[in-house]
Amino acid sequence: MSTQSATIQLTAKDYGSNQEVRWCPGCGDYSILAQVKKVLANLGAIRENTVFVSGIGCSSRFPYYMNTYGFHSIHGRAPGVATGIKLTRPELDVWVMTGDGDGLSIGGNHLLHTIRRNVGIKILLFNNRIYGLTKGQYSPTSPFGKKTKSTPMGSVDYPLHPLSVAIGAEATFVARAIDVNTKHLEYVLERAAKHKGTSFVEIYQNCTIFNDLAFEYASGKETKDETTVYLEHGKPLIFGKERNKGIRLHGMDPEIVTLGGNIKEDDLLFHDEKQAEPSLAYLLSRMHYPDFPEPLGVFRCVERPTYEEMVMGQVSDAVKTKGPGRLEDLYDDGETWVVN
Amino acid sequence: MVVSTEPADTRKKPLSIIEREELTVRFAGDSGDGMQLVGMQMTNTTAMFGNDVSTFPDYPAEIRAPAGTLAGVSGYQLNFGAHKLRTAGDRVNALIAMNPAALKANIADLETGGILVVNEDAFNKTNLAKAGYTENPLEDNSLSRYQLFRVPVDKLNAEACAESGLTGRATARCKNFYALGLCYWLFGRSIEATERWIKDKFGGKPAVADANLRALRAGYYFGETAEMFPARYLVAPAKIATGRYRKVTGNEAVAMGLVTAALLAKKPLFYGSYPITPASEILHELSKHKNFDVRTFQAEDEIAAMTSVVGAAFAGAFAVTGTSGPGMALKQEGIGLAIIAELPMVIVNVQRGGPSTGLPTKTEQADLHQAVWGRNGEAPLCVLAAATPADCFAIVLEAFRIAVEFMTPVIVLTDGYLANGAEPWMIPDTAKLPKFTIKHPTEPDGEEHRFLPYKRDGRLVRQWAVPGTPGLEHRIGGLEKRDVTGEVCYDPHNHHHMICTRRKKIDNIAETIPPLGVLGEPSGDLLVLGWGSTYGPITTAVERCRAKGMSVSCAHLRYIDPMPKNTGEVLSRFRTVLIPEMNLGQLLAHIRAAFLIDAIGLSKVQGKPFMIQEIESKIEEILNHHNGRKS
Repeated sequence: MSTQSATIQLTAKDYGSNQEVRWCPGCGDYSILAQVKKVLANLGAIRENTVFVSGIGCSSRFPYYMNTYGFHSIHGRAPGVATGIKLTRPELDVWVMTGDGDGLSIGGNHLLHTIRRNVGIKILLFNNRIYGLTKGQYSPTSPFGKKTKSTPMGSVDYPLHPLSVAIGAEATFVARAIDVNTKHLEYVLERAAKHKGTSFVEIYQNCTIFNDLAFEYASGKETKDETTVYLEHGKPLIFGKERNKGIRLHGMDPEIVTLGGNIKEDDLLFHDEKQAEPSLAYLLSRMHYPDFPEPLGVFRCVERPTYEEMVMGQVSDAVKTKGPGRLEDLYDDGETWVVN
Repeated sequence: MVVSTEPADTRKKPLSIIEREELTVRFAGDSGDGMQLVGMQMTNTTAMFGNDVSTFPDYPAEIRAPAGTLAGVSGYQLNFGAHKLRTAGDRVNALIAMNPAALKANIADLETGGILVVNEDAFNKTNLAKAGYTENPLEDNSLSRYQLFRVPVDKLNAEACAESGLTGRATARCKNFYALGLCYWLFGRSIEATERWIKDKFGGKPAVADANLRALRAGYYFGETAEMFPARYLVAPAKIATGRYRKVTGNEAVAMGLVTAALLAKKPLFYGSYPITPASEILHELSKHKNFDVRTFQAEDEIAAMTSVVGAAFAGAFAVTGTSGPGMALKQEGIGLAIIAELPMVIVNVQRGGPSTGLPTKTEQADLHQAVWGRNGEAPLCVLAAATPADCFAIVLEAFRIAVEFMTPVIVLTDGYLANGAEPWMIPDTAKLPKFTIKHPTEPDGEEHRFLPYKRDGRLVRQWAVPGTPGLEHRIGGLEKRDVTGEVCYDPHNHHHMICTRRKKIDNIAETIPPLGVLGEPSGDLLVLGWGSTYGPITTAVERCRAKGMSVSCAHLRYIDPMPKNTGEVLSRFRTVLIPEMNLGQLLAHIRAAFLIDAIGLSKVQGKPFMIQEIESKIEEILNHHNGRKS
């Protein structure tokens, strides 16, 4: 990403716009906004080279609150807008702010294909498992049976899991964080910002109005140590208040084991975010509460040429082999004749 | 007249040369027979000879419909003349039918006494049955109204290619070139250009090149030696403006226009598109020209194609998308965003038969309403329509000019007929092409060093500030915004003001476009008003009627919204206005609403362009009615 020269050091506040933030009090979006600004400051991001693009939904108001370039587009279409920006100006840092409805329902197709192409943009999916801006209908990530305004008898839709979808779409960077753990969120966002190619981050975000406490299991003081496991590259998956529990592979399936006795750390599953094959990352993305602690952190981070690099590469190859385009050559392509 | 294939010495007549002012030839065969290919070759050759040409390819939506069936018939019609041509011709003078289905599907268009060349080897029991013939039409005298020439193309082609080293199946694929060779002889054209093309095209496959060359030459020599044909037909070169020419289809002209505009404006050309008939050739053509800094993006769907273009425009590219009707429907949401964001871009809609999937490969003009009014809310933009294949080049340059000068999306309407039809195009002198100077702001111009993205100039146009410019950081989007500052704003009066401002800005474009011209008297009994590809048949029909002494004029709208400022005044000078359209009266409704005149429509929605005769008849009917006589 493009960074400031050492002489001008912007603070997190400098990345915020003069607009009054209009999310509901207590919304998880505030934390995400704060961490994004902090990360930009940490990395010395150049304001004029930074673009925030969004679709529709609560999360999509994000660009208005940033003192950078921004585009609040239409429902589900932010990845398309971002791709056009990136292919026109590959040097820009482009962020897409989306939610579970915007990104996975109406914009599901665009999300898949943008990830597949490895366009160099950072996608933050604010997952609150509900439709907030339309006032409380179930979303593609709402649990089965969820009672909402549009499903008074409970939803009969099976939910999907954002990270499994991203991994299925061949994502090169996949991570998860939770709004309340600001330090870890900052770390994950910084990793996402530094990744070359599409970064996909799912953020568990609490909607205080329509789906309050949806992630209480993962954020509550009493439960979080038992219900989440932090991923660290090259380290075993250990969790629990006493840090005495781990995840072990039993054949192709993960299982929870207690350390001690004849079970050692070496027996546990060691995280490897750089594995070429995404099977491990996928397996981790299938671990759900209450059967398993839910992994937080970087699931997958691999290098692959970006879409914009390859598009621009073809342009420069064509210039190299054919020379810069001349209109005379364009028009003379094919048979010509002269009328006297 | 039926001409037999009896030995030549029984009827040794001197070969006569018949001069024609224009000729219409149609090649017809299976969709896999290469009819489009030989049609295009003959177009090139006749154009290079100096004729004016106009073509009409007509092919099925199925890539390879079952061989020998009516569904699979592919045709290519070529009109060439010693004078200016504007249509591919009403009646076919010569039909080349490669099988019974091709004969059956096309014979109704052949003029009485017309030349009919058939591949008689294909008229076997199976093929006759597939085409629905119970009797062999070559034998039952049903073709006695035509000059029938039965040529055993399969057999002669196989003999000609015997020494090429290819298998029988492979040599059979050369029979289109055999038929083309025969046509070159029949119409007095040289085979050289096609020889060059074959050598170039099949350079890497010498055996294939050799077989096709043998077929082409054998067809030509057959004409010369078989003494089957009593005459050859010659059309002298046309007197057209001096200069250097090439052949273009509408889609090629669009692509060249886009590349040209971007280069002249020193902008990268971003083309985001999703494949759709009949617009895909624009994407194919542009993707060949990456050395012009053309960045093509084949999106996952029409919606992403459109929104990527909105993003590219925001980032400062010359941003363009191309599609056809069904894709246009999907793009409308993104176009609405471009309108409220006030970003410059061009949207090409190659119209085809609708509604829904409709007739993918056939032409229609039924997207005018969709272009003008197709979005939610009050969403005005500029709509232009190309008149001829070559005009597609000029109209794209004009669309770009308007887009950047007025910060607006511009829709360019073409159609299947323009897209695939070809005509000669005078290669422009690059020094005389328009200049585009695009200014992006570099400094904030508001109080306290603030940038005001929706501050407007005297024509209500805002500035095009692009990301990467320090100090101009701003946010735009689909929500209503306060004028000048661009901040989200729900104020009722501001909304009304913005609605009116966006409309007024589009109206202001009219100050920069040429007035509507009239061919014929500037006032009178009847004005025929057209738009889009009906230009050819309307203008020719009006010229013919005028030659017969009728009082009729015509005018053609290239600017649909806004219309030229004098449009209402021009229309008011005529007693009656006739609007022929390939829809149920869309421009008609637009004109009636805008000018409160009782214009008359002439509709044809058959997936085919108007015939000149159809418009001529309507003109005569109206004028007879004016004169108090019933038609």
